Amino acid sequence: MIDRPDLPPRFRTPSALTWVLVVGFAAFFIQGLVASEISIDRLIRGAGNLVRFIGQAVPPDFSRAPNIADAMLETLNIAVVGVTFGCLFSIPLALLAARNTAPNALVRTIARFVISVARTIPDLIWALIFVVTVGLGPLAGILAIIMDTIGFAARFYSERFEEVPKGPSEALTATGTGRLSVIFGAILPESFASMTATSLFSVEKAIRSAVTLGLVGAGGIGVELSTAMRLFRYDQAAAIILVILVVVIAFEQISSAIRKKII
Amino acid sequence: MTPAIATDQVHLAYGGLKVLRGVSFEVAAGQGVVLLGANGCGKSTLMRSLNGLEPVQSGTIRIQGEAVTTSSGRKLRQIRQNMGYVFQQFHLVPQLSAFQNVLLGAMGRHRLGLLSCLGLTANAEERARAMDCLDRVGMADRALHRPNALSGGQQQRVAIARMLMQAPKLVIADEPIASLDPKAGREVLDLLWRIVREEGLSMLCTLHQLDLARDYADRIIGMKAGRIEIDAAVAEADREMLETLYSGMTRVDAQPDGAAA
Repeated sequence: MIDRPDLPPRFRTPSALTWVLVVGFAAFFIQGLVASEISIDRLIRGAGNLVRFIGQAVPPDFSRAPNIADAMLETLNIAVVGVTFGCLFSIPLALLAARNTAPNALVRTIARFVISVARTIPDLIWALIFVVTVGLGPLAGILAIIMDTIGFAARFYSERFEEVPKGPSEALTATGTGRLSVIFGAILPESFASMTATSLFSVEKAIRSAVTLGLVGAGGIGVELSTAMRLFRYDQAAAIILVILVVVIAFEQISSAIRKKII
Repeated sequence: MTPAIATDQVHLAYGGLKVLRGVSFEVAAGQGVVLLGANGCGKSTLMRSLNGLEPVQSGTIRIQGEAVTTSSGRKLRQIRQNMGYVFQQFHLVPQLSAFQNVLLGAMGRHRLGLLSCLGLTANAEERARAMDCLDRVGMADRALHRPNALSGGQQQRVAIARMLMQAPKLVIADEPIASLDPKAGREVLDLLWRIVREEGLSMLCTLHQLDLARDYADRIIGMKAGRIEIDAAVAEADREMLETLYSGMTRVDAQPDGAAA
């Protein structure tokens, strides 16, 4: 029994490609460690600074609460308006990008390219671009969130459209219905639950991005935060961070509660 | 009178696999025909090509005198409008109520398509018609149920109501009872053929049960490995003759030595 020739080996030598990848990764990792000059000494000093920061941040200073509330409201406005338009624009774009709904290969390629550009460029860079084009303030933030949402939502919508079982759309096609009616009569209803879940994810994502957009001047609470930090008012900054924490967590709870109800 | 279906030397292949190998037959208007054949003999492909869901390589298919094989766009949609299709897997839209699913059957008739057929926007006449269709299949009391709240037999009844809503002249039923239990299957088949006879429609229906085929059909067509082997009035089609459809090389993907199942 023991000398069976077809016994699977315990260990197979990795291929040349695996070796190249592993060695390449290790080299890159070590080079990174060296280049960022990580040393125990710096980490210890950093820990000291962190303690000093926390010492100055506690207790948080809520004296500017009305301004913080205003800025937080603006952040929510940016997120909600941006994500709504973003999701609305995503639907036609996703229909053009999905294999089973696109009118032809050329349109599909273009739509997919637009979506991947929207996704590949990070939200902060979109914000920088729009601050340059439409000026400082919430409009730049809204536009940045729209682009960011399209990159996320349009991709997931179109993937969902492609996964829809083709039976019902075929049944409607067989009745002599036009393509648009088939899409809106069968494919959209079948994707509705998943699209709602994706849209709610987009809302959560948009609120988190909207918070940071202010750091580059695109409106919202990030403006307050970066000002407080630059003036070394860590106690005010702490108050702002706490407000952000509470609002973001609250939104995530609401959105996941809705999602559970739908699915 | 123009035949409801007339096919002439229809060939269809997927890559190198020849599925339909010169299929020619006719179904006269008002005739009820059952198509028999083993799994994998090309029945479903033939049914799908009749509706233009599957393009053929050569040969012609005429539905009520109109060539499906050379039509596209608006012309093809017009041909399809006169042609009801009942599927083995029902193919109802799972998120919509039975009532809404039936209303969608009328989309082809309206210029605005879906916009004229939503529960919200359809005119009173169409809404009443949809309920009448549900009535005829005995599902009016389940109008607001979603398909997943209905049994298989009930879903197929709703699908038949959708076909009725379409008001076709010809019905194609691709194994309409293959996923139902014998009792529900019998009931659905009774209902389907009763409606076809009452409305004076032409019908081409694939089945797997020889006895049922002989009970309902006017004529039986038998397919084997992509070709028509039997075409006989129901009185002439005896059991022995039909059994031959299921023995030997029945499948289109069978190897010449008969090794493939």
